[in-house]
Amino acid sequence: MSIELKMAWRNIWRNPRRTFLTISAIAFASLILVFMLSFQLGCYETMINTSVKISTGHMQIQAKGYLQDKKMRLVIKNPDKIARFLDTVNGIDKYSFRTNAFSLISSEERTYGVVLTGIDPDKEAHVSSIKSLIRKGAYLKENDIYSALIGEHLSNNLKVDVNDELTLLGQGRDGSIAAAVLHIKGIFNSGIDEFDRNVIMMGLIGFQDIFSMGKSVHEIVITSNSLGDVSQVKQHIQNNYVNAKENSYLSVPDWMEIMPGLLQGIQMDLFSGIIMYIILVIVVAFSIFNTFLMAILERTKEFGVMMAIGTSPSRITKLVMFESICMTFVGIVLGILIGSLVTLYFQKHGIFIAGTEDILKQYGIPDRLYPRLSLISASAGPLVVFLITFVSSIFPALKIRKLKPVEAMANI
Amino acid sequence: MYTILAWRNIWRNPRRTIVILMAVIIGVWSMIFLGALMRGMETEMVRNSISTLTGSIQIHHRDYRNDPVVENSMDDMDKLDQALSSIQDTGTLWAKRIRVNAIASNARHSGGVTLVGIEPEKEAKISFIGNAVTKGRFLSPEDKNKIIVGNAFLKKFNTKIGNKLILLSQDTQNEIASKAFKIVGVFNADAEAIEKQFVFVPLVQASKMLKMGESISEISIVLPKLDITGKKEFQTARKLIASVNDDTIVIETWIELLPMIKAILKMSGFFLYIWYFVVFIAMGFGIVNTTLMAIFERMREFGLMKALGMRPLQVIRGVVTETFFLLILGILIGNILGFLSVAAIAKNGIDLSALAAGAEMWGIPRILYPEIWLQDVAVAGFVVLVLGVLVSLYPAFKAARVTPITAMTKN
Repeated sequence: MSIELKMAWRNIWRNPRRTFLTISAIAFASLILVFMLSFQLGCYETMINTSVKISTGHMQIQAKGYLQDKKMRLVIKNPDKIARFLDTVNGIDKYSFRTNAFSLISSEERTYGVVLTGIDPDKEAHVSSIKSLIRKGAYLKENDIYSALIGEHLSNNLKVDVNDELTLLGQGRDGSIAAAVLHIKGIFNSGIDEFDRNVIMMGLIGFQDIFSMGKSVHEIVITSNSLGDVSQVKQHIQNNYVNAKENSYLSVPDWMEIMPGLLQGIQMDLFSGIIMYIILVIVVAFSIFNTFLMAILERTKEFGVMMAIGTSPSRITKLVMFESICMTFVGIVLGILIGSLVTLYFQKHGIFIAGTEDILKQYGIPDRLYPRLSLISASAGPLVVFLITFVSSIFPALKIRKLKPVEAMANI
Repeated sequence: MYTILAWRNIWRNPRRTIVILMAVIIGVWSMIFLGALMRGMETEMVRNSISTLTGSIQIHHRDYRNDPVVENSMDDMDKLDQALSSIQDTGTLWAKRIRVNAIASNARHSGGVTLVGIEPEKEAKISFIGNAVTKGRFLSPEDKNKIIVGNAFLKKFNTKIGNKLILLSQDTQNEIASKAFKIVGVFNADAEAIEKQFVFVPLVQASKMLKMGESISEISIVLPKLDITGKKEFQTARKLIASVNDDTIVIETWIELLPMIKAILKMSGFFLYIWYFVVFIAMGFGIVNTTLMAIFERMREFGLMKALGMRPLQVIRGVVTETFFLLILGILIGNILGFLSVAAIAKNGIDLSALAAGAEMWGIPRILYPEIWLQDVAVAGFVVLVLGVLVSLYPAFKAARVTPITAMTKN
C-alpha cells in the first residue's frame, strides 16, 4: 500500500463523524439508485412477459408484410416443415400456429365486427396464458374445432353465455364467403379491457376449413427459454431457415417489432427515471462537494506545514483525492450491499402500492410489483455516483495547488 | 435579538454560508423543476384525453357506457336542451353525437370502427377534430354521404380521398343498416389507434342510417377552462343533474369518465412527494455536515458565550435561527431559479416526438410544457424548511453541550 493511500485512510478517520455523514450520503444515493433501477427493470420484465404471454410470443414467423397489413392472403404455406425445423433449434421453449380473419360475429341480438383467431388448442396452451384465463366454461380440446373462446366484455356486448351459439360471417382466403355457426365453450378474462373486448378464438382446424386456408397459417408464435435468448434464436431462424431461397417470403419479427409501443413506452419511462436519478445525483454531488471543500479549507494550516517540510503540492492533491476516493468507495460498497438486501427482500415479497391496481391491470401486471436485482441495476447507479463524486472532489483538491506555505500556515 | 445576531453570524463567513446555501438552492430547484415537468405532463395528458372526444362532462343513457349500442340512446331532447341552456357560464360549449360500433369495408378490406355522427360546426369547437383535418376538408352540416377518416385508417384500407367506403351497423330495429360514404377529409391524431378507430359523418346522416329519429348517444360539454382537480366540472355536472332530474340519464365529469387518468394523477402526485423526501435526505446529509463543521470551527465562540452566561437552550435557539435564515434564503433563491428555468423551457416545450409510440401507450403528449403548481412549491418549501430545521438540531445540541473550559482551551 502506497504511503499516500495509507495516510489518506488514516486522515479520513481523524474526523469520524464527518466521514460517517459523507459516507452515509453516498451510500444513501447508491442505495436509492440500486433499488429504483431494480424496481423499474423488474416492472419492465413483468410487463414484457405478460404481453408476450397474452398475445404475441417472444417472436413470430409470418409472411413478409403480414405484420403491417394483416392481409388474409399473406400465409405461411408449409407450417409442418417449419415445425420440424423449429424442433431442432436450441433455445426455443414452445411454438404454436395461429390464423386470423376479420369477421362479423352475430348473436341473436347483436352483431360485432372482430378479428377471429384460430388456435391449436394443445400447443397454444403452452405459448400463451389463455388457458389459465378461462373464467367460465372450459378451454378448447383438440376435437373442438367449431367451438369458440370469447372475451368477457365481448360476451356481455353480444349478450351471450357459455353454450350459446354465434354466427360467423367473413371472407375466405380465396375470396369465397366464409360462414359457420360456432358454439361458445369458454369465456376468458385477462383484466386487459381491450383484449377482453376484442378477442375471440376458435379451433385452428375449423378455422382453416371455414376460411379455405388448406394447411396454411398466418403466424407461428414462438416462446424462447428466456427474454435474453430472443435475439439469438431469431438470428438462428433467420440464418438457417428464412434465408433459404424458397423461404424468403417469410420474416421473423420479435416482440419489439410486433409491439413497438411497449418498447418505446419502456424507453420513455426509463428516460424520465434517468432524469430523476440525475437530479438526485446532482444534489448528492453538491452535498459531497460542500463537505470536501469545507474539509480542505479547514486544513489549510496542515497543508502549509506539509508543504514547508517539502511535500509537493501535487502529492498533497493526490492525498486529498485518495481521501475522497476512499470515502466514496466505502459509501458505494455499503450502498450496493444495503440496496441489494432491500431489493432482494422486496423481490421475494413484492411491493403493493395502494390505488394503482386499476392502472396495472390494464397493462396486464398483477397488483404486486417485484423489483429484480441484476448486475446492471446493482452497478449502474453506484458507478455514476462514483464518477460524479470523483469529479466534484477535483475542484476542492485543485485549490491546494494555489497554496503558499507561509500564508497557509498563518491561517487558523 | 436572536434574529439580528443570527443574521449577522451568517455573514461573518460568507464563503461558508454560500456553500450551505448552494446545497439548499440546488435541492429546492430540483424539486420545483421536477415537479413542473411532471405536472406539465399530467395537464397535457388530461387536456389530450378531454379533446379526444371526452370533453369536460358527458351525458349518456344510463346503460350506454357499458353497452354502447343504439338501443341505449337518449330521446328526450327538449328536456336536455333546456337543462343545457340553463348553464350560465359563457364560453361553455357542447355538441351532440351519435356514437356506435360499425364495420367499415371497401373492395379490399373490412374492419371494425367507431362511427361518430357529429354536428360539424359545434363539434369543431369542442374536440380535436376541428383542426385535425390535414387533407381534404372538414364536414359541413349539408353533407349527405360524406365521411372523414384517419390517416392510419386510409393506409390500412389502402384507399384515398374521393373513394367510397361502406359502413355497416345495427339499427334501432335490430337490422343491419348499411350506407355508402365518400371520403372527403383525412385527420391526424396524436395516437395512431385513434386514427384507425374513429370515422366521422354528419349527425343527421348517422341518425337516418340507423333510424334513430331525434335520439342521440351522447352530449359532450367542454368548460372554458380546465380544472385539473375536477371541482368546477363536478359543480356544473351537479347542477345539470338537478335540472335534468331523470334517472335513466347519467351525467359524468372527465374524472369519472377517465378512471385511468384519475389513477395516474393520484399516483404521480404521491410519487412526486416521496421523491421530494428522497431529494431532501440527500440534501440533508450535506446540510448537517456543513453546519456541523461550522459549529466545530466556532466552538471557542460558543464556549465564550456560555462563559458569559448564555444557557444551552439559548445557544440552540441561536444556531437554529441561523439555519432557519439560511434555509429561507436558499428556498427563495431555489424557487426563483426554478421559476426562471421552467419559464425558459415552457416557451417552446420539450419535444418528445422521438418517443411517439411510447407516448401513445402512456397517453403522454408529444410536446411537454412544464407547469408550476403552487401546491408543489408549498410542499417543497415546507419539507425543506421543517426537515432542515429538524436536522440542524443535531449540530445545535453539539454546540449547546460544550463547556466553557474545554471550548476555550482548545487550539
